[in-house]
Amino acid sequence: MTIKPDPTEALPAGEAQGRSLWQDAWLRLRRNRAAVASMIVLAVLTLIGAFGPMIWPHPYDRVYQQFVRVPASLEAYPREEAVLPAFERLLTRARVDHGEPELSGSEISVGLTSDEAIDPRILRYFQRSDLFFAPALDLADDGLTGTLTARVERLHFYLGTDAIGRDMAARIMIGVRISLSIGILASVMALLLGVTYGAVSGYLGGKVDNVMMRVVDILYSLPFIFFVILLVVFFGRSLVIIFIAIGATEWLDMARIVRGQTLSLKRQEFVQAAEAMGATKAGILFRHIIPNTLGPVVVFVTLLVPKAILLESLLSFLGLGVQDPLTSLGLLISEGAANMRGALWLLIWPAATLTLILFALNFLGDGLRDSLDPKDR
Amino acid sequence: MLSYTLKRLMSAVPTVFIIVTLTFFLIRLAPGGPFDLERPLDPLILANLNRAYNLDASLWSQYLTYLGNLLQGDLGPSFTRRDFSVNDLFAVGLPVSILLGSLALSLAAVLGTFFGAWAALRQNSAVDYAVVGVATFGITTPTFVVAPLLSLFFGVVLGWLPAGGWSQANPIYWVLPVVTLALPQVAIIARLVRGATIEALRSNHVRTARAYGLPTRVVVGVHALRAAMLPAVSYLGPTAAGLLTGSVVIETIFGIPGIGRYFVQGALGRDYTLVMGTVVVIAVFIVLFNLLVDLIYAWLDPRVRFD
Amino acid sequence: MKRISILPGLLAAALCLPGMQASAQVLMRGNDTDPSTLDQHKTSTVAEANLLRDLYEGLVTQDAGGDVIPGAAESWEVSEDGRTYTFKMREGAKWSNGDPVTSDDFLFTLRRMMTPATAAGYASILFDIENAEAVTKGEMEPAELGVAAPDPQTLVITLKQPTPYFLELLTHQTGKPLHQASVEEHGVNFTRAGNLVSNGAYMLESFVPNDKIVMKKNPEFWDAENVQIEEIQWIPFEDRSACLRRFEAGEVHVCSDVPAEQMAYMQDNLPDRLRIAPYLGTYYLPVKTTKDKFADPRVRQAISMLIDRQFLADEVWQETMIPAYGLVPPGIANYVDEPPMLDYAEMDLLDREDRALELFEEAGVDPADLTVELSYNSSENHRNTMAAVADMLSNVGIKSSLNEMEGTGYFNYLREDGDFDIARAGWIGDYSDPQNFLYLNEGDVSFNYSKWVNEEYDAKMAEAAQTLDLDERARILAEAERIYLDEVPTIPLLYYSSRALVSDRVSGWEDNILNNHATRWLTLED
Repeated sequence: MTIKPDPTEALPAGEAQGRSLWQDAWLRLRRNRAAVASMIVLAVLTLIGAFGPMIWPHPYDRVYQQFVRVPASLEAYPREEAVLPAFERLLTRARVDHGEPELSGSEISVGLTSDEAIDPRILRYFQRSDLFFAPALDLADDGLTGTLTARVERLHFYLGTDAIGRDMAARIMIGVRISLSIGILASVMALLLGVTYGAVSGYLGGKVDNVMMRVVDILYSLPFIFFVILLVVFFGRSLVIIFIAIGATEWLDMARIVRGQTLSLKRQEFVQAAEAMGATKAGILFRHIIPNTLGPVVVFVTLLVPKAILLESLLSFLGLGVQDPLTSLGLLISEGAANMRGALWLLIWPAATLTLILFALNFLGDGLRDSLDPKDR
Repeated sequence: MLSYTLKRLMSAVPTVFIIVTLTFFLIRLAPGGPFDLERPLDPLILANLNRAYNLDASLWSQYLTYLGNLLQGDLGPSFTRRDFSVNDLFAVGLPVSILLGSLALSLAAVLGTFFGAWAALRQNSAVDYAVVGVATFGITTPTFVVAPLLSLFFGVVLGWLPAGGWSQANPIYWVLPVVTLALPQVAIIARLVRGATIEALRSNHVRTARAYGLPTRVVVGVHALRAAMLPAVSYLGPTAAGLLTGSVVIETIFGIPGIGRYFVQGALGRDYTLVMGTVVVIAVFIVLFNLLVDLIYAWLDPRVRFD
Repeated sequence: MKRISILPGLLAAALCLPGMQASAQVLMRGNDTDPSTLDQHKTSTVAEANLLRDLYEGLVTQDAGGDVIPGAAESWEVSEDGRTYTFKMREGAKWSNGDPVTSDDFLFTLRRMMTPATAAGYASILFDIENAEAVTKGEMEPAELGVAAPDPQTLVITLKQPTPYFLELLTHQTGKPLHQASVEEHGVNFTRAGNLVSNGAYMLESFVPNDKIVMKKNPEFWDAENVQIEEIQWIPFEDRSACLRRFEAGEVHVCSDVPAEQMAYMQDNLPDRLRIAPYLGTYYLPVKTTKDKFADPRVRQAISMLIDRQFLADEVWQETMIPAYGLVPPGIANYVDEPPMLDYAEMDLLDREDRALELFEEAGVDPADLTVELSYNSSENHRNTMAAVADMLSNVGIKSSLNEMEGTGYFNYLREDGDFDIARAGWIGDYSDPQNFLYLNEGDVSFNYSKWVNEEYDAKMAEAAQTLDLDERARILAEAERIYLDEVPTIPLLYYSSRALVSDRVSGWEDNILNNHATRWLTLED
């Protein structure tokens, strides 16, 4: 972070130096290493959310019945010692007499004998299993004896699997996708609607302010859960509804904060000077007031994103949020919290992901705040 | 200032009225009624029930009845807790929620301001990073993770504090819920105060004060913090209203008889009167606290005028 | 290290910890949730039944093992035709205010339950009493109800048809008496602490919503000398994990339910305190049989075959459920020794898949063209169950999607003939008799979510209702279940287990299929 002592006066004079406020901010942001690192982290997470589920070996909705609640591990599943018993169980299910199975490397083979012709359909048991693949049956001519060979799967669940055997890494990726979208959407709503609404209300003041703020009070007090239930009932359940519901509530805090800042700003010398010089109200609002509220606004956005993400988890918890097999980080964390004493990995990895996102957002937010600060040029 | 306060209080009446009206009709649009349970009722009995609770009357006449009762301070009978009226439920629950919420609020305001200001004064130092880091952690870790962890650690593993339960008279039951409730707020306030203090430290009047050679302590305490409190205060208005009216998660996990759970229980159980009651209580708190915030604003920053 | 050890001592000394030093006489009992009311006529949930069982004693009651024993009635006689029950009231039985318990109290209670203005949610459970239904509809006066009290010691109940499980019905909370004088005096407020007069082993001391319900031993109870525990504090736990934590911290002695996600932890750490027992409940999937794609029983049967119930029970429910191949749970009273089962119960899953594919072909349905929406009410376990079912159906190419709904809306949707494909439902028996499960499929019953109508089935149910001989009746009911299983309008998935945590200080807790554990049978040791 590079905060220099102010060399010039605090009046907005970006254009005079030949660089716009935004270019200037961008230049300074690039010099902030923490902010740049955060941008990279967020970009990587966005890419993971967008493309990870497409290229990851495990689909996020694939159930591995044999690998329910397996802990996170760098080693491949199935574990060495589990292979033979699992193989024998499948042989029992297939109801064939067999010799001692032999495991060599990733190949497993067993001799079969039978009184009647061996039905090649027994291969299905091995095809369907999560532990083996490419089973082959080499039968003698009479069909009464033969050798069954199969290859042992090497499945990696780096972050473990969930309560019905779905890969956690894949689920976290899809969770990142949903939660980041919700966070971004809530911020956009708050920035567009909240900042403008708050600034207008504070700047115009008096009766207008009173009415506009009472509207905010009313929206605050309405029972949010009913609002969502109704949206879901009338428009069906979809991600869009969740976005609308969360976006519609998250701008309220922002509006109040910006209004508060504006009340104080509009009495300051530079605003009064601009008024005296005949600037229009809209001009003052967008050129002088809003840029000066950006500090708290950016900080608040970094607070608002986690709030929105966790609000979604409450909705999901009540059955109004994202629909399984889709999931979100908040929902994964709340399921993990319920499982924390038996399967800690269900809590730790989604929580770590969310923490990483929010840390990155914070540092980016601080960097942005510093680089947008009109007094700090 | 007094006339302003009075004007605002007067304007609260139509606000609450609009909230009540909107909510009344909004909640009736949701599918299902208070008697839709997993174990379904015979249609015949359902009809008897609806009659007993006046739910078979027209919506409009139900609304007028409700308004009439509300004006007399009667919030009606609860549908899901039929041994109590909504007034009874709040009489028991509200003091609990207010106690819990105000303790958490005070803790959050004091710690948040302190840490935020400290971090701002030592911007980009180890202290700053530590505060920002811990604060981020505090915001990231949801209450439904923190609450069971604290209860598990201090209640079960160490056995120092009760793992759950509540007593209005025994502070030992307050510790964990208050800390859990305050944690995320400490983090948020610390960040808001930090950001605003940095800003304020660079403002003209603070630099002037410094130029006059006033000690840093005075400059920060009197001038910078005052300006820096603005965003924190406008955040705290609705937050305070929220904290004092209870928290579903914390009440459920620690088993606290506050009113926070009624909001979700009422909504999910279609307990219309209970939801209406909660909405009225929340609305009153919101209106009061936002008024309070505006008054504090004017006091903190003399440039703010409301006329 | 030293400092750490001093702190709790100081804290404990400075502030006494009432919850932590519960005296030997106070039983801290977790309950599923708060009651919606303590007025037995308006209750419907298991949590309410638990409370009312300690407050009141019906004509008959249950011992620690769940078997019917005499309660407020000392003995009874049943007429030859099975339609008239004559109860002789217990001498010396008293209300908690000292009034004697008389047959008039029961007369008053039963009439009150059937009065339309009472709007008793469970009135239908005693519709077997003569004229009960007509009284509830307002077509007859309460006085015409088939109940009479010729003298204070005798109560005569006349039924509209012989009902072999009538005594079982009376153990339900709707059969508990009310104290007429206090109900009439206090009106709707009679359930408040201080107003409530009870005739059971305990009386109501206080009720703080979402906090606790305190009951004190009733000194007037006729068997008070055998009631060991002086005080009960019932604590509602909507969060099962919270109960587990407080149980481990020693603050709670009994948890009425456990968090299924933490079964492995409890099996390892609290093996002798974790009580898992068969329970009178079935978890099943109603299929909307009125939809073209599910109209053919072969399609429904094929879908049922594809579901690996063992996986659901062992992995999703962590062995807190039992695979179900029939609707009536095992261990129920008045039923055949070998209840009918789906014939593929023992079959290997892959063979079942082959069989299912054959059935689809016979029905002329290509599973790849079949789309199924699985609806359920919000809960992590339901979600996991349905996600696993969807995965199982996809093995033969059926495309299924999940539709999670918020609870109240969901139950309304089921009842109002909502447009679902396959839904989930659960049924916990009110009394131990197969009729209580099988009637769910009768054509005109409102809980028949699948809208399946089968005249042969209805005829069997009607025949069973008229049959006095219990063995014969059981056989007819089993035939009805056979018809149901051949058509599977609802797919039975799992049988419930009752799950509880019981402290090693508590004795007298006997596992039973009704999961009834009245506190009067329990003892708390130091």
